[in-house]
Order: sequence, then C-alpha cells, then structure tokens
Amino acid sequence: MARAKLNPGDVIDGFTLVEMAHKGGMARLWRVTHPDHDFPMLMKMPELGEGADPATIVGFEMEQMILPRLSGPHVPRFVTNGDFAVQPYVVFEELPGKSLYPRLESLPLSPEQVADLGARIATALVSLHHQKVVHLDIKPSNVMFRETGEAVLIDYGLARHLELPDLMDEEFRLPYGTAPYMAPEQILGHRSDFRSDIFALGALMYFFATGKRPFGDPQRLKGLKRRLWRDPYPPRALNPIVPAALQEVILRCLEINPARRYPTAAQLAMDLQNLSGVALTPRATKLKRDSFSVVLKRRFNPDPMDMVKPENATEQLFDAPIVAVAIDLNGSTPELLDKLRIVVGKTLDTTPNARVACLNVLKVNRLTLDSALDEEGRNKHVRKLVELKNWASALDMPPGGVTFHVLEAVSPAQAILNYARENHVDHIVMGARAEAAMRSLLGSVSGEVAAHAPCTVTVVRNRVWPATE
Amino acid sequence: MLIAILSDIHANREAFEACLDAARAAGAERVVLLGDIVGYGPDPVWCVEKSRELVAAGAICLRGNHDDAAAGGTVSLNETARAVIDWTKERLDAAQIAFLASLPLTVEDQDRLYVHADGSSPARWHYVTDSESAALHFNATQQRVSFCGHVHLPALYSRLAQGHVTAFTPSSAAPIPLLPQRRWLAVMGAVGQPRDRNPTAAFGLYDDTRNELRYMRAAYDIEATAAKIRAAGLPESLATRLSTGR
Repeated sequence: MARAKLNPGDVIDGFTLVEMAHKGGMARLWRVTHPDHDFPMLMKMPELGEGADPATIVGFEMEQMILPRLSGPHVPRFVTNGDFAVQPYVVFEELPGKSLYPRLESLPLSPEQVADLGARIATALVSLHHQKVVHLDIKPSNVMFRETGEAVLIDYGLARHLELPDLMDEEFRLPYGTAPYMAPEQILGHRSDFRSDIFALGALMYFFATGKRPFGDPQRLKGLKRRLWRDPYPPRALNPIVPAALQEVILRCLEINPARRYPTAAQLAMDLQNLSGVALTPRATKLKRDSFSVVLKRRFNPDPMDMVKPENATEQLFDAPIVAVAIDLNGSTPELLDKLRIVVGKTLDTTPNARVACLNVLKVNRLTLDSALDEEGRNKHVRKLVELKNWASALDMPPGGVTFHVLEAVSPAQAILNYARENHVDHIVMGARAEAAMRSLLGSVSGEVAAHAPCTVTVVRNRVWPATE
Repeated sequence: MLIAILSDIHANREAFEACLDAARAAGAERVVLLGDIVGYGPDPVWCVEKSRELVAAGAICLRGNHDDAAAGGTVSLNETARAVIDWTKERLDAAQIAFLASLPLTVEDQDRLYVHADGSSPARWHYVTDSESAALHFNATQQRVSFCGHVHLPALYSRLAQGHVTAFTPSSAAPIPLLPQRRWLAVMGAVGQPRDRNPTAAFGLYDDTRNELRYMRAAYDIEATAAKIRAAGLPESLATRLSTGR
C-alpha cells in the first residue's frame, strides 16, 4: 500500500516529484515531471490512511476509470494510472492558472461576465455529456480555463460514466455531491441525468450574479432536501442589474423537475451566447419567491419528477437537437422553400424539444472591419429577418423554440459551418440549388457544408422531371 | 491476450458460429466456453463437435446443468428443458456424451475463475441475479476475476475489500476496466438463447493485459435456427423466444 512519506526528488514509475501542489482531505497533488512528457503534470494520490472516508477510495477509482476515456480540450489530458497495490495514483495534465474558486472573493460579477463564464462551462458540458459522462460536481473549484479560453472541468471523483459500472451508487446510502450546487434528483440518489449538471451550473451562475448561494450551504440532508420544494429568491430581487434574460436562463436551470430545465447543455450555451434571443417567460421578471400555497403543495403533494433511467440517459441528447436551417431566400424556388419547411416540420414532429436556428447568409464581397452597417446594409438585414420569420411562421414553434440569424460572409458555406461549430448544431437542413448548371458554375454550397460539417446534414432538393421530347 | 468467453450456447449453431467469427475478427486468441453447450436448441451434435474441436486446440470448456443432464446427471430441469434433453440424448453418440461428462465444473487460470453457475457451490447451479447472490460467490472464492453464465442476462458485479457489492447492467460494447484493486464477477449473456430483450447472441471479450472486458453482441440468422427448432418438433416457445430475446 501507499508509502508513508514522499519527498521532492522521489521517483515513482519514472515520474519525478517536484513539489506538493495541493494537500486536501481526500488527496495530495504533486507536480511531477517525466522524460517522455513535455507538458506540466500533476500526480494525484488519495489519502488512504486510517479513518479515510471510503468515498475517497471509490471516488479515486471512478477517476481512474473515467479519466482515460475522456478527450478534447474541456478535460485535463490523462497520462497514466498507478497500480493500486503498489502506489495508487493518477497522472494528468496540470492546467494553467487558478480555478473559479478565488473569484468568490469578488462577487457579484457583471451579468456579461456571468453569461460568458456560463456559456464556456456549458460548452464544456456539451463535450462531456457527448462522451456519456455526467460530472455531478460542477462548482467553482472544479472549473479551470485553458490559455485559449476553453473551460476545463476537473475532478471526476463523483462523476458517472453511463457505460461503466457506477461504483458510487450502491456503495453509499447518502447522496454525494457539493451541497450548494447539488441537483434535487441527485439528492434523491439519481446519478445518471445530464440535467443535474445544468442545475449545478445554474446554481453557480446564480451565485456569481448575485453574490448569494441560491440554497445556502446546508450541512444536513434535511437542509439539502429543502430545495425540492422551496425556490430561491429571484436573482433580480438580490441584484437589480441582472437582466431579465439572464434571470430567465438561471431560473430555468434551477427548475426542480429536470424536465423543466434546459434539455441539453448545448441549448443552454446557445442562450447564454445570445441573451437577446432568449424567450422570456414569467420567470424572467418575477421578483418574489413562489407563494406560500405553491410551496406547501410542492412540499406535501409534489408533482412527480420526470426521472430518466440510466439506460435511456444517452438518448436524451438526441431528443433535443439544435437544428440549423440554412435558407437561401434569393436562390430558392417557392417549391423548394415549401419542401424545406415540410422536411424541417417532420423532423420537429419527432423531437418536440428541438431548437431551430434559421440562418440566412448575406453574401458580401469582402468583410469590412467596421461592424456598423450602413443604411442600406441595415435595411437589407432587417428585410432578411422579416422574410426568415415569415418562412418559419408556418412551422408553428413554441416561443423561444426558433431563432433567426442573418450572417454576413464572403463564403456562405464557411458561415454555415462556423455557425454549426460555435453553436453545437446537431443537424443542418438546407436546400440544394435547383439547376445543375448553376451548381457547377458557382460550386455547391450544400456539397461543401455536407463534406465538412461536424454534424448530420440533410440536403433538400426539389425533384424536377425531365421534359419529354 | 484477448480471450473470447461464450456461455449458454444451447445447441444454437448459427449463434455459436456468429460469436466465434466475431471473436476471431476482434483478434481473440483464446476461447473459453462456460457451459450449456446443449439443451433448448436444434444442433447439439454440431455444437458438441465444435466444442471438442476447440478444446483440442486449447480452449477451456466447462460443464453446465444442461450438459450434465444430457450426460446422465440427475439435475432438475423444467418440463420443456427436460423434453429437449431427452431428444438431445438420442442424437448424441457415446463419445459425445462422454465428452460432456468429462467437462469440469470450474477452471482456474491465473487470477481468474471460470464457472457455469456460481462459485459458492458450482454443482448446485445457483443463479447470480443480484448483489446478494453475487456476494455469496465472492465470499466463497478467492480469485480476482470470475466469469459465469447460466442466467442468460449480462451483468457485472464488483466488490472492494469487504464493502458492498456493486451491480451494473452493460448497455454497450465499451471496454470496462476491471480495476485491479477490486474483485469482479462478470455474468455473460447467452450465445444461444438471450433473455435480456436483445435477441442478438451475447459473448464477452476479456483483455488480460489491459484488464478490460467488453460485452459483445453478434447478429445471427435467428429465422434459420427457429425453423430448425420447428422442423425438429421441439416446443414452439423455444423458437419464438429467440426473436424476442426473452
């Protein structure tokens, strides 16, 4: 088992210990170097001495199982696992800078900062959830940032990988998590709902926007369970500069029933990146908590929560896609525009929680650095928006379900691809130019999009029957 | 080394072949048959001969309760299973019966234990269906990793020291690390008669260097097997359940 004392300069399996970076109740983190790896690394060793919390061991095992499976910019790069029988450890990339934890000293942050941080964390959650992992411990000290700006989620000791055994689940009777951020269903022992992370991010944004934790920091199960029926003060009641749209987003994340929250982190990120497009509900402007009678009903006669079974959890991500419809208002025949609408309508029939982004690309010869449009440009822009809305009106979407964007670009295909990447689009639907001659002359936008898209692409074409001689 | 682990073949030639093909394609170098080569299915002769051939080439093969019954054992079986065993016995020759009778109930290989039903009393054919029954197995055995079948439902149990037994139902073929500090009991689904509502043939692939287990599925011609069951005059329920996986 673990060696009693380690000192700088000691070598474990080729890793040289440089200095202790952190000593916590659960683990020690050493800065290490290795001749084969040229980036900064940490070696995490669990505290396994007498009286160690058994959750420490299991949490460490979960990290050993999950970290090697993860990839991408939003997780620390995994290096290796140590043999438990000799010296248990896990080595991973050390990220630059500090976590969000020190920011607690300077709360509240401005609404813009909160939305920006929230969007970056939500983007990291998109990546994590697509890798079938629920983090279950999103909080300021577990969020770091790369120099390029991406949020990185650390500490997978409480996480759940939906395709791996959940060692936490049956080992402990008490819910594990961090009290201020834990989702109601997590408190009840459910550990396989991606929307639990959306709740925790909502609690974090609430805290950062108001300087107050939405549910305090309860130390006992009874206090934890209070959030199953008692709603927090609306953020605008605590900090009037919080815009209605941000309050709408935060309170939607904090809905008790997971089914009433954002269905995916991608949809949350989309709203945080574009607060002006958020559809406002009564949540946006309320300044008081729910009435006594509502709270009493929730406490003593609650509506059932819509829980997701672990085996269906991954499917959830496909139930609420972001669909981008690229509409060429000038180059399309009315028949093609109709057909495009029918195809989108059929897609929405099977995925009622989908979000639709209607895109129109205004082709410009060159991009001017001055973002202010001249009078003519502004008019064009507005006209296109009106036309897009008109096209979409027959889709009969709920408010907030559809947004409209006029993109200006030299290359329409690149503009559509960029939009899809930045907004985690799951499905692009677009029309094909009708005439083959035009396609070969101008090149096929849909062809380029289909070839390079990060997601599914449907190209809608109107069938033209050749004329008989 | 990559080890293919097949359990509950149940005289289903098409499923058996599909799993062996898939295992070979994945690079498996060794085969372990966890028992119940015969029973329920229409091809006992072919399946026993194939198993003998694999054993001659180095495979491990265990005795299941249906093999035991076909070899003259007194194990209790339900009416349908008993009827098929009587039918099976008429088709096997003396050498094939002797082969089934000669199969061991458990095999130990390095830190692994192979058994058809469970390790607490292999000849009593207990079912491992939950954490409690898995705990009986862990209490009675020493090996770090055990593989069994018998219930026709894939599952994975683990225990750290004397802690609780955790249970998991695999839902994909993603590799699962069998962490070395824990003990593991991997229940394989059935090759020849899956009952987890997934009608495709189930088997396992264990990588003993990486310590990783994958719960695999292989599609096979279910209609062909069902037609043979009907042609042989075996109970109709045995044909229909193959396509529902129940």
